[in-house]
Amino acid sequence: AGCAAIALGPAAALLLLTVAAEPLLLIVLLAGAFLWLLSLLAASLLWFVSVRLSGREDAALLPLGAAAAVLLQELCRFACFKMLKKADEGLATLSEDGRSLISLRQMAYVSGLSFGITSGVFSIINILAESAGPGTVGIHGDSPYYFITSAFLTMALVLLHTFWGVIFFDACERRHAGGLGLVVGGHLLTSGLTFLNPWYEASLGPIFILTLCTGLWAFSTAGGSFRNILKCLSCK
Amino acid sequence: MITFMNNSDSEEEPCNERTSLMSAESPPVPSYQDGLQASEAGEAQAHRKRRAGSSRSPNNIAGGEMSGSGVPVRESVLENEEEELTLKYGAKHVIMLFVPVTLCMIVVVATIKSVRFYTEKNGQLIYTPFSEDTPSVGQRLLNSVLNTIVMISVIIVMTVFLVLLYKYRCYKFIHGWLILSSLMLLFLFTYIYLGEVLKTYNVAMDYPTLFIVIWNFGAVGMICIHWKGPLQLQQAYLIMISALMALVFIKYLPEWSAWVILGAISIYDLMAVLCPKGPLRMLVETAQERNEPIFPALIYSSAMMWTVGMAKPDTAARGPSQQTWDAAEDGREHLRSPSHAESQMSETRSPVPTTRPVTALEELEEEERGVKLGLGDFIFYSVLVGKAAATASGDWNTTLACFVAILIGLCLTLLLLAVFKKALPALPISITFGLIFYFSTDNLVRPFMDTLASHQLYI
Repeated sequence: AGCAAIALGPAAALLLLTVAAEPLLLIVLLAGAFLWLLSLLAASLLWFVSVRLSGREDAALLPLGAAAAVLLQELCRFACFKMLKKADEGLATLSEDGRSLISLRQMAYVSGLSFGITSGVFSIINILAESAGPGTVGIHGDSPYYFITSAFLTMALVLLHTFWGVIFFDACERRHAGGLGLVVGGHLLTSGLTFLNPWYEASLGPIFILTLCTGLWAFSTAGGSFRNILKCLSCK
Repeated sequence: MITFMNNSDSEEEPCNERTSLMSAESPPVPSYQDGLQASEAGEAQAHRKRRAGSSRSPNNIAGGEMSGSGVPVRESVLENEEEELTLKYGAKHVIMLFVPVTLCMIVVVATIKSVRFYTEKNGQLIYTPFSEDTPSVGQRLLNSVLNTIVMISVIIVMTVFLVLLYKYRCYKFIHGWLILSSLMLLFLFTYIYLGEVLKTYNVAMDYPTLFIVIWNFGAVGMICIHWKGPLQLQQAYLIMISALMALVFIKYLPEWSAWVILGAISIYDLMAVLCPKGPLRMLVETAQERNEPIFPALIYSSAMMWTVGMAKPDTAARGPSQQTWDAAEDGREHLRSPSHAESQMSETRSPVPTTRPVTALEELEEEERGVKLGLGDFIFYSVLVGKAAATASGDWNTTLACFVAILIGLCLTLLLLAVFKKALPALPISITFGLIFYFSTDNLVRPFMDTLASHQLYI
C-alpha cells in the first residue's frame, strides 16, 4: 500500500486537484490514455514479431523493444498534439469570444498527465497485485528493494511524462525542434537508465535529477518564473 | 433455469419533446441542435475533421451534411451565450455516463477478483446448450459458434415478441413481465450474491438478519425502479442489477462462447437499431407515433425531470410524457437492452442570464434531462471487462486496457449521437474496441510488459 501511495500519489493528487472538476479535461485524459495504449500495442507487436523472426530469446531484444516503445510513445504524443490542436481550434470558433474553454497549455498538461498515469499504472499494477500476495522479495538473488524502487521509478516516470507533455506541446506550438529532440532524448535516456537496474544508485539518482531538471524546464516553458512563485506565495 | 431473457427496449426519440420544448424560444430546433452538436463537436476526438475557417455567420443553419466523418459546424444566432454552456454540458453528459459505467465495471471486477464463486465453472445456461469441453480446437470453436447462434436467436425471438406486444398494446403483460424479472433479480440474485460474498470473507449471518436485509433491499429496489424514488438511489439500484446480471453471465457463459456472443451481439445491435425493419427501430418508431415514452423501464438516465406546474402552452404537449417520465421510468435491466444512447439535452436555463424573458415558472422547471443509456449496454460492457479480469492471465493490464477502450468507444458513440441525433446502438463501437484491446493486450502486450517488469525496465 505504501508503494502504491508513492507511485501513484502525486498522480492522484494532481488528478483530483486539477482534472476532476472539468469534464472536458477528463475526456482529454481518456484520449491520452487511449493513445498511449495504442503506442504500447504497436510496440509490443513490433517486439513480438521481432522475437519470433529472430528466434532469439525474449530478453535479448528488449533494448530494441524499449526503444521502439519510446519512439512510438513520442509519436503518439505528437498525434495527441495534433488532435488537441484541432479541438482547441474548434472550441475557439465555437465560443463567442474566440477563446476556447480550456487553453492548449491545460490540454498539454492533462495529456502529459494521462500518458504518465497510464504508463505508471501499467508498470506498477501487476507488481502491486503481486505484493499483496505471499512471497519473499528477491529470494533468487535479486534486490530486496524491488518494490520500493519500482514505486519510486513509477512516480518519477509519471512526473516526467507530465513535464514532457508540457514541453513537447510548447515546442510543437513554437516549432522549436530542439525542444522536441530534447524530450525524445530525455525519454530514451530515462528508459536507458532503467536498464542499469538493479544498480540503483546509477539509475534512480540520475532519473530523479532528470525529473527535477525537466520539471524546472516545463515550469519555465509554461510561463512560470521565480517572481511568479513569490507572488503566488504571498497571495497577491 | 432462468427464463427472464428479455429484450428490453430502447428509448424514444426525443424529437417531440425537444420540439415542444424549444417552441417557446426562437430560434427553432436546429439552432439548439447546433448547440448540442457544437458541444459534442467541441469535445470531439479522433473523428473530427474540422472545416478550417468555418467562420461564424449569423443565421447559418447548415444542412446536416457530414464531410466524411466530420462534424458540421453550425453557428447559431441566439444561443451564443449558451453555446459555451452546451459545450460544457455536452462534456458533462458524457462524464455523467462514464461514472455509472465505471462504477458498474468496478463492482463487477472487484467481485470477480475476490469472490471465487463467479469464476468457477458450474454448468451452463440452457441458452448455451453446447459444451466447450471438447478436446479439439475446431470442435470447440464450432460449439461456441452454435451456442452463439442459439443465444442470438433467443434474443431475437424475445425482442420481436416484445415489439409485437407493444404494437398490440398489451401493456399490462409487458409490465407484468418486467416486474417479474426485476423481482427475481432483486431478490434471488442478490441472495446468491450476498451468500457468496459472506462465504468468501467467512462472515456469519443468521437467517432472520439475512431475510430482513434482502427484503429491505429488494422492496426499496422495486419501488425505486418501478415507481418513484430519489434519483441517486435509483441509479445505484440500476447499477447494482446490471452488475448482478453481468456476473451471472460471466459465470455461466463458457469461455469462447462469451467472446463470440459479445461480438455477435454488437452486430445484432447495430442491425436491430439501424435497419429499417429492425425490431428495435420499429419499437422506437411505434413509440414515436404514439407520442409516448417507450417503457418505464430498462434505461439508465443520468438526470431526472422535475415537473412543476407549467403554465406555458408549449409544454402542454409535454405534459403526458412528463407524468410517465418520473424517476421511476428508468427501470431495470434485463439481459438485453437494445443499447440505445439517446441524448435528451434540454435547456438549462437558469445558470445563464439570457436575453429571453424568463418567467418564474420557467426557472422552477429546471430539467436537465441527461443522456440515457440502455441497461443492456451496462451489462455487456461489464461482461467484457469482467471476463477480461477473470480469464486474462495478464491480469490488471488487460482489464485496464479494456476499460479504457470501452470508455473511448462510449465517448465516440455519444459523439455520433450528437451528430446523428437519433437512437444509436451503443454496443458496437465499444465492444469492438474492447475485444480488439483484450485480445491484443492479452497476447502481445502482456509478454512484453512482463519481460520488462522482470528486468525492472521502464519505457
